[in-house]
Amino acid sequence: MSLFLIVALPFLGALLPGLMIEAGRRACGLTALFVSLAAFVGLMVHVPAVMSGEVITAQINWLPEFGLNLNLFLDGLGLFFAMLILGIGMLVIVYARYYLSRDDNMGEFYTYLLLFQGAMVGIVLCDNILLLLIFWEMTSLSSFLLIGFWKHLAEGRQGAKMALTVTGMGGLAMVGGMLMLGQIAGSYDIQVILQNREAIQSSELYLPALLLILLGCFTKSAQFPFHFWLPHAMAAPTPVSAYLHSATMVKAGIFLMARLWPVLSGTDAWFMIVTSAGLITMVLGALIAIFKNDLKALLAFSTVSHLGLITMLLGVGTPYAAMAAVFHILNHATFKAALFMTAGIIDHETHTRHIPALGGLRKLMPVTFTIATLAALSMAGIPLLNGFLSKEMMLETAAHLTLFDSHLLVPVAATVGALFSAAYSFRYISHVFLGPVRDEYPAHPHDPPRGLWGPPALLVVLVVVIGLAPFLAEPLVVQVTAAVLGSAGEVPEVHLAIWHGVTPALKMSGIAVVGGILLLLAYAPLSKIWEALPRPEAKAIFDAIIGGCVALSGRVTRGLHNGSFTMYAAIFALTVSALGAHAWFTGQTSAATRVQLPLEPLPLAGWTLLVLATGFLCFMHRDRLLALVLMGVVGVIVSLGFNYLSAPDLALTQLSVEVVTIILLLLALNFLPKRTPAESSSGGRLRDGLIGVVAGLCTSGLAYAIMSRNFAFESISDYHLENSYKGGGGTNVVNVTLVDFRGFDTFGEIIVLGIAALIIYALTEALLGGPVRARLLNRRPDRPRAGDAHPLMMVVATRVMLPVVLMVGVYIFLRGHNEPGGGFIAGLIVAIAVVVQYMASGFAWADARIRYPYHGIIGAGVLVAGLTGIGAWFFGKPFLTSAFGYFRIPPMEEFELATAMGFDVGVFLAVVGAVMLSLESYARLARRSNEIVSDHAMDIDPSRDDAPTEEQEG
Amino acid sequence: MELLVASAVGVLTAAGIYLVLRLRTFPVIIGTSLLTYAVNIFLFASGRLAVNQAPILRDGVETYTDPLPQALVLTAIVISFGMTAVVVMIALGAYLSADDDHVNLREEGQPEPARLDEPDAPRPGDGATREALQ
Repeated sequence: MSLFLIVALPFLGALLPGLMIEAGRRACGLTALFVSLAAFVGLMVHVPAVMSGEVITAQINWLPEFGLNLNLFLDGLGLFFAMLILGIGMLVIVYARYYLSRDDNMGEFYTYLLLFQGAMVGIVLCDNILLLLIFWEMTSLSSFLLIGFWKHLAEGRQGAKMALTVTGMGGLAMVGGMLMLGQIAGSYDIQVILQNREAIQSSELYLPALLLILLGCFTKSAQFPFHFWLPHAMAAPTPVSAYLHSATMVKAGIFLMARLWPVLSGTDAWFMIVTSAGLITMVLGALIAIFKNDLKALLAFSTVSHLGLITMLLGVGTPYAAMAAVFHILNHATFKAALFMTAGIIDHETHTRHIPALGGLRKLMPVTFTIATLAALSMAGIPLLNGFLSKEMMLETAAHLTLFDSHLLVPVAATVGALFSAAYSFRYISHVFLGPVRDEYPAHPHDPPRGLWGPPALLVVLVVVIGLAPFLAEPLVVQVTAAVLGSAGEVPEVHLAIWHGVTPALKMSGIAVVGGILLLLAYAPLSKIWEALPRPEAKAIFDAIIGGCVALSGRVTRGLHNGSFTMYAAIFALTVSALGAHAWFTGQTSAATRVQLPLEPLPLAGWTLLVLATGFLCFMHRDRLLALVLMGVVGVIVSLGFNYLSAPDLALTQLSVEVVTIILLLLALNFLPKRTPAESSSGGRLRDGLIGVVAGLCTSGLAYAIMSRNFAFESISDYHLENSYKGGGGTNVVNVTLVDFRGFDTFGEIIVLGIAALIIYALTEALLGGPVRARLLNRRPDRPRAGDAHPLMMVVATRVMLPVVLMVGVYIFLRGHNEPGGGFIAGLIVAIAVVVQYMASGFAWADARIRYPYHGIIGAGVLVAGLTGIGAWFFGKPFLTSAFGYFRIPPMEEFELATAMGFDVGVFLAVVGAVMLSLESYARLARRSNEIVSDHAMDIDPSRDDAPTEEQEG
Repeated sequence: MELLVASAVGVLTAAGIYLVLRLRTFPVIIGTSLLTYAVNIFLFASGRLAVNQAPILRDGVETYTDPLPQALVLTAIVISFGMTAVVVMIALGAYLSADDDHVNLREEGQPEPARLDEPDAPRPGDGATREALQ
């Protein structure tokens, strides 16, 4: 099976449980199981090849410019983790099927679980660190959803938030580290990075990259001082704890350390940081675990401790330690997942996880007792079980380790850690199962159905088999170790065996087991002392830090975002000016060599008008009507300027947009005060003026600097000029660019325009549906109305003009491909022609004659443009590829037809619809405001008594 | 000629920003319209200036002005209409529902803004609406 399919299957399968839950819980569970099974089988197909040392790869270039490729590869390490993820995943799916109650939404649960599974498989199979980061964040997110699965539990929500904060923060740090790593290696592909050990370790970016990556690994794998989130994540349903928080997700950090081991390990920094963090985590986690009264909390801290153990082994940097780490990952995954499942069974059957309330379950739940005891003894490191083997290897490594110039520190700490580990394992057995049977359990415990004890039993079989016959696991462990070591070391010639003779490790192991039993015997007094000791409460510290951050950002936000739009605008203008100035003065520019155009009197006159109009606008803006007139003057001069400077299309567009904008603002002004009161002080005005002048100087300086230089790079415009006729079949390059070269942009833009018009429509509807409606109805016009609302001359003139203007619109449209014009301009012209009818003959009259709703016209426009684009697919071309040809229908002249014309029709319709819908919405507001509606055109006063009752106009 | 265009961009920007910094919605909208002109001219000018070289292909003509900024600015002009229309509708809606066309939230303890010179009929319950908006 292709590696892509293995990664994709869980993601695709995640869609199914949500649907299959309709068919029942069994169907839902089976679907999820089969999805995992299919991926697992697909993976197992590759086992023979990988075990013989092959590396299987699959590649798709996704964004090669950024070095982000969908590259996957499968070596021993990836295979090992993928097997754990999918294998334990299947057991957890079975277990969860029986664990979840009828009140839980099982479809949702399996969907999250499969999402997590896919992300996790993605992490271990991907060959690109950028891709890895994406999967990494996906595991954090799906873990958040799973921890908070019981949304009604406050602890679940808090735990989920904490886990996301801590692992998400680490993930962000890791993004930085990974980018640095890719920068040093010159590639983001893991297989390439792994070849660059010397380059990476000698780079000065090595230390920051290492620290950031380790931050990501330590937060994910709950290493000190980030260990505190894991126990709080125990609020999750137990299948989640067994899967994410013991077997897989918390191993992602370990996996990454193992994956990058060849290039990152072996330096002093790596050794000091990783080994000591692992050692502290191991001892501290084990110590806290002993005194936890919640079953899952005990297991959570023991997981923290074991993760510390693995981390420490990876930190050591010798091949033997790496081998021990790999072996312990396997062993820990088996016994710890089994233990979590038994904890879930006990919770499920007795309705409590509080250890002091339990005890004596041995007789009541014999099957569970057997499974839990075997798994716990393996955790304690008792011979003939798999935990013993890897713990021996760890102690063996520790016995020869020197840290901080001390020969004793590591061996003693490791022994103490193992001792605590034995103690809490024994406590799990004795305080839960041994002792007298009690009669006050919250429920009547008995062994659960097979579906619940089956999965942990299977895992315990593995525990025993590997414990008795370690040589069975040896090929796998050797192959994985080889993959971890890469080119950085040789796989040690060690055989996994139960008996190595009386070694220091065996003595340390003996001390640990005996000490563990003694500690348990003295548990009662010791726990009293422990309870009396002052301990830092991680959650309180975390909450305090988060609270502080929230308060700080709240203060900053309220300070900056205080509701004063004016202040934001001022800050924005000044910041942009300052950044621009900074860039200008620190950057490099070419010399100002471009020959400038001579100064002509006509543009000078235009310029003078523009400056005068703008100046007046600033001083006279309080008279709003005058301001609109002046703005219109500015707009007209801008259009004339475009025309003068060889941009006829822009001139036409600007002019027509100017018309509709002014009409729109006039419609709005109808409701707004006609004057702006003087409110700001003269000092304030001076300050604002200064800000404006600064920004103006900056922009004009920049514009002048650009215009007095030639292009810094070769422009792509020549391509458009050359191919406009050859490829696009039109001589108006601007129009061909719009409808052909950059047709996709234009397609997006007409959609945006349509959305803007729909927003205006929706806002109008909302206003008219609310209290504003009554206010509008009671509104009296603030100025006397013209006695002649619809002057006869104007009505007649506009109606005579309508066909002529429409003809002009069609003409402008048709010639657009070759001469100035096109869909945009034609659309605006036609819209103006229609708006004029509204103005001259009144809203009601015009509205009654509109056959198609404007929404429909917008939609039709977008559809026509889209369908024209899709048409190219039928000829095997990409979206919006255009074609054209020349036709001749006698007796007419030969003429050209281009598919771009169809696209332009779409543009035309969308523009007409959008402009009309906007203006009509404004006019509808006016209709509600007690406006006298003239149903009859050319009617001087519609409110007169003898109004004609019949329609007179056709 | 380049100086004229550059200074026109500057004048429009300065006036636009000055108006954007006013306290009522209407001048702010006029200000953004002026800024739109400035930005469009600026973008257009980045293709450098040329007279009588419209990008309409003709036989025998070799030099044309840069068509690309023109195409970009053309859509920008149309889109800016859409933007103006939406902003004006939002401003209008706010004014109609709250009887207040200030752009800034009133700070606590600050006096009621000067009444507008609207000889309109009294509007019921406008005080309550304004409070609800803040």
